[in-house]
Amino acid sequence: MNSIGTACNDLKKEYDTCFNTWFAEHFLKGNSDDSMCAPMLKIYKECVKKAMKERQIDVKEVEKDILGTENERKIPEQQGR
Amino acid sequence: MPRYFEVTSIFNFTWDQVAQGFWRRYPNPNSKHVLTEDTVSREVKEGRLISKRLISKTNPYPKWAERFITTKKVFIVEESIVDPKTKTLVTYTRNLGYVKVMSVIEKVVYTESKDHPGKTVAVRSAWIDSQIKGFSRAICAFGYERFKKNCNKMVVGFNHVLLNLFPPQSGNGSLHQEATTRSKLKDAAKNASEHVKSKAVPIYASLHPNKS
Repeated sequence: MNSIGTACNDLKKEYDTCFNTWFAEHFLKGNSDDSMCAPMLKIYKECVKKAMKERQIDVKEVEKDILGTENERKIPEQQGR
Repeated sequence: MPRYFEVTSIFNFTWDQVAQGFWRRYPNPNSKHVLTEDTVSREVKEGRLISKRLISKTNPYPKWAERFITTKKVFIVEESIVDPKTKTLVTYTRNLGYVKVMSVIEKVVYTESKDHPGKTVAVRSAWIDSQIKGFSRAICAFGYERFKKNCNKMVVGFNHVLLNLFPPQSGNGSLHQEATTRSKLKDAAKNASEHVKSKAVPIYASLHPNKS
């Protein structure tokens, strides 16, 4: 997949490759040390943030945490559930 | 009138495989509308991986919606938590912008199947809402039908990616392998559609208990 910023495409590819290896070979096997791809993520994230700003995307809105907070939508109560 | 929708699908892959495939589910033959995908943040907290991704899609609207929506491109924020200890992957996606016109929130919980070892269960919930006076009911109905229709496509697309990443272990000849993969793909697609049994329930707005 492409990045939102064409300038970030190479950084994204490099990071994604690193992440997929880390996720399968380290994280899922119980090693949660994420320093392996951290430098790549840092540069790539900065690039994406810049691209978001250029496209007038509300960065604050993107960065909002909803999952795991009380703002998460609740599954409605249903009879027989 | 907000509407709620829930559907359960089963993947013929282990939870570890589904979790790996989740990050790589685009592109797939059913994701031509997905334009870009980016990681916005990611960290490990108490052994759980917490990520946020920004996805952009084209999303054609019907003609009557053009008065509310002038862009064909939508941004989606996807939050996720992976817990390798409990083997749980939870994803939560919401659209960015136009939330008053139509807000689509989707939560998917992927867990190991208790009944079928080696398979993964995905429970998908969706909330579709609109705050446009006079049109909210039509918009919700539209969003609800479209979401329902797209559910099966999403599952089949994801299955396609999983089959490519984790081809079934059988046969020695590559030809045989390929044939098996192809037929398995068909089976997976069939299996997926069979398991998409919707339990669609319209929710009446608690704000308007007297209206239905």
